[in-house]
Amino acid sequence: MSEEKQTYSAAGEVSMVRLRRSRLQRMWIDLKKAPPTAIFGMLIVSIYGFVALFAPLIAPYGEAEIFAQSYASWSAEHWLGTDQIGRDFFSRLIYGARNTIGIALATTFLSFLIGGGFGLMAAITQNWIDQVLSMVVNVLMAIPGLIFALMLLAIFGSSTWGLIIIIAVLDSTRVFRLTRAVSLNVVVMDYVEAAKLRGEKLGWIMGREILPNILPPLVAEFGLRFSFVFLTIASLSFLGVGIQPPTADWGSMVKENASLIQFAKYDLKGAITPLIPAAAIALLTVSVNFVVDWFLHKTSGLKE
Amino acid sequence: MSERDRGTKGDILLDMKNVVIDGFSDERWHEIIKGIDLTLRRGEVLGLIGESGAGKSTLGLAAMGFVRPGCRLTSGEIHFDGMELRSMPERHKQKLWGTRIAYVAQSAAAAFNPAHKLIDQTIEIALRNGQTSEKEAQADAIDLYRAMQLPDPENIGFRFPHQVSGGQLQRAMTAMAMASRPDLIIFDEPTTALDVTTQVNVLAAMRDAVERFNTAAIYITHDLAVVAQMADRIKVLRYGVEMEEAETRKMLTAPENEYTKSLWSVRSIYKEPQTSDDNIIEINGVDAAYGKGENVLHDVNIKIPRGKTVAIVGESGSGKSTMARVVTGLLPQNRGEVLFNGEKLPPRLKDRSKEQLRKIQMIYQMADTAMNPRQTIKDIIGRPLEFYFGHKGADQEAKVLELLEMIELDESFMDRLPEELSGGQKQRVCIARALAANPELIICDEVTSALDQIVQEGILQLLLKLQTDIGVSYIFITHDIATVQAISDEIVVMLQGKVVEQGLKSEIMEPPYPEYTQLLLSSVPEMDPDWLTELLKAREGV
Repeated sequence: MSEEKQTYSAAGEVSMVRLRRSRLQRMWIDLKKAPPTAIFGMLIVSIYGFVALFAPLIAPYGEAEIFAQSYASWSAEHWLGTDQIGRDFFSRLIYGARNTIGIALATTFLSFLIGGGFGLMAAITQNWIDQVLSMVVNVLMAIPGLIFALMLLAIFGSSTWGLIIIIAVLDSTRVFRLTRAVSLNVVVMDYVEAAKLRGEKLGWIMGREILPNILPPLVAEFGLRFSFVFLTIASLSFLGVGIQPPTADWGSMVKENASLIQFAKYDLKGAITPLIPAAAIALLTVSVNFVVDWFLHKTSGLKE
Repeated sequence: MSERDRGTKGDILLDMKNVVIDGFSDERWHEIIKGIDLTLRRGEVLGLIGESGAGKSTLGLAAMGFVRPGCRLTSGEIHFDGMELRSMPERHKQKLWGTRIAYVAQSAAAAFNPAHKLIDQTIEIALRNGQTSEKEAQADAIDLYRAMQLPDPENIGFRFPHQVSGGQLQRAMTAMAMASRPDLIIFDEPTTALDVTTQVNVLAAMRDAVERFNTAAIYITHDLAVVAQMADRIKVLRYGVEMEEAETRKMLTAPENEYTKSLWSVRSIYKEPQTSDDNIIEINGVDAAYGKGENVLHDVNIKIPRGKTVAIVGESGSGKSTMARVVTGLLPQNRGEVLFNGEKLPPRLKDRSKEQLRKIQMIYQMADTAMNPRQTIKDIIGRPLEFYFGHKGADQEAKVLELLEMIELDESFMDRLPEELSGGQKQRVCIARALAANPELIICDEVTSALDQIVQEGILQLLLKLQTDIGVSYIFITHDIATVQAISDEIVVMLQGKVVEQGLKSEIMEPPYPEYTQLLLSSVPEMDPDWLTELLKAREGV
């Protein structure tokens, strides 16, 4: 409002004008105001990400490289010892980050693609498509998830892709429900009607009119779903039907070395070893939740 | 309850000097109120007017020594009856609020607790101060309800807020403010949410109560005609700066400031009604229903002449908007046909061609929800240009700029998001989006009813200008008679899904009118400060 004219003018009406800031500047402002938990979470998540990306460079040995001594205790050569068939535990921990996180991420993406797409479609059409989709989702949700996953894995076998698809489909039911619920609030907006009146196709309305407006809750949900998928995969691996050897994975690492815990009396460090991948799982889940919490708080406009 | 010294009429009650208030937005402090002086004497009513965002409400609240969260009082003095409110501790101020200074908000429905009876809320403050017993307080509240001309004053207080009408609730709220006989009442747009017929009663009741109890009041509104009835003096604000202050009659007859003059002149839009035999739309014998329900429209026949404006009036539920949905194809009719340029329009939106869609555009009541909050103004106006005409890149940008100029905005709006615009600017952008399609018919659904009066007039003037420039036809759906008077050529009156009559404005607005129309027309406030007094006299006389 640089010049203030004496008479009424449309352009001179009072409105809030934002400073033109680049996205990076805005992010920096938000980041500076982030609570310590969120900063801790982001730090941990980025360390995990770094380790996962550069696993082959960081790990001292190969993923499935076998050494003479199995169940070796901690030493300068093998920082965390070796596992039941003599693979370096520390290297497998690092590779495990890559595998477990990578697969969980792929699964979550796929589940959002399926659940989000169908959820949007159901919300916009609100006809028989919506009815059928919602019915299918209700049926899927009625069956306990882990047991259903175990059953399907038993039927289709536990290849990595099979695992991804099965968990993604089962998990997409919740994404579907959330997407449909938040979209319903946006679908009734006049601008969606205006787009329909303009003759826009379903794809445009889904992608350009509705999706940008429901993104914040979806992004937050993505973090949460990622944690759940991550835990599901780890549980399945622990049960032996998840990620299969020789691929390193935290869930199966816990299972394979669990017997060491019994010998805590004799070798405390050795007994801790199987707990390290478990702790890695827990730490990542907690960190992701810290970040998501902050993000939800910020986007929902809640104060204090 | 009148033990307290009420002072004498004419003493200075409130004295604000050089008040500056900052608001925090976008990581910075901005001045919202830029050094305003305000003096109010006992028994005096001061009208505060200005566009939205002018700082009226902020200043009104500051008179109580209160600032909204996210704002701060940076400098200035606020003296209320000899007390300096700015430096007064919060708990002392809280004792003043409700007892000596009362606030009447725009939305009474939001200000009452729905879980308690009206009378309990009315006497709450008086009881809290322990001035009176519950019985006395209730008797006093009933007196106040009577003074507020509420029906059945003995019993109305024992109802819950949802059991009385909006106008009654607003009067009950004024009664609540009066309950402790405050020295100062701040009315913040108390009648804006009411329709004209109820507004008259509420205004009369408020004016009467203020006079009777010798209360000083600040009356905040954007409605010039209303403030003319209520205020002794008027202060005009703009951008947080005082433009002019004068005694009401002087202000109305001889405003000095340029801005004030422009406010006064905007109420003078009138369009000479014309008609044409060339109809752009003919609606013949249309029945329509939602789902499998009963018909909402019954045998509707309407003709829209080319290049003219047809106002469709009627109370809510009369089928005005349903009719628009049939024309746009959102609600296929069950029977009858819609002819567009003599050709039959397919009932369903899906079956219409892109050309047919392009030629009929729509503008909505709530500009906030009619624009995608995640798209910039350039995207919003640019999309129809790209969609219908394939304009892209620099070509599109040039066209958008052209359209922005048509709606009297400039280049600086291109990259803004809708939330960065004022209400009137948003509605203008919606108009530009409709124009971008180069339509032959624009359906305006209550486009001005959510806007300030000053802004309203600007929008109406723009619509009229566009009609003369490009010859577009309008279907103007509204319940506001003043708007109809201003811009229509023809009027269609609808009642319960049927067309009662269609004709030239000059014919329909000519007396004798049906009783309801008469009531509606006479309730539209006029700029004359004596209007309310005379209207009440006339109505009593009948």
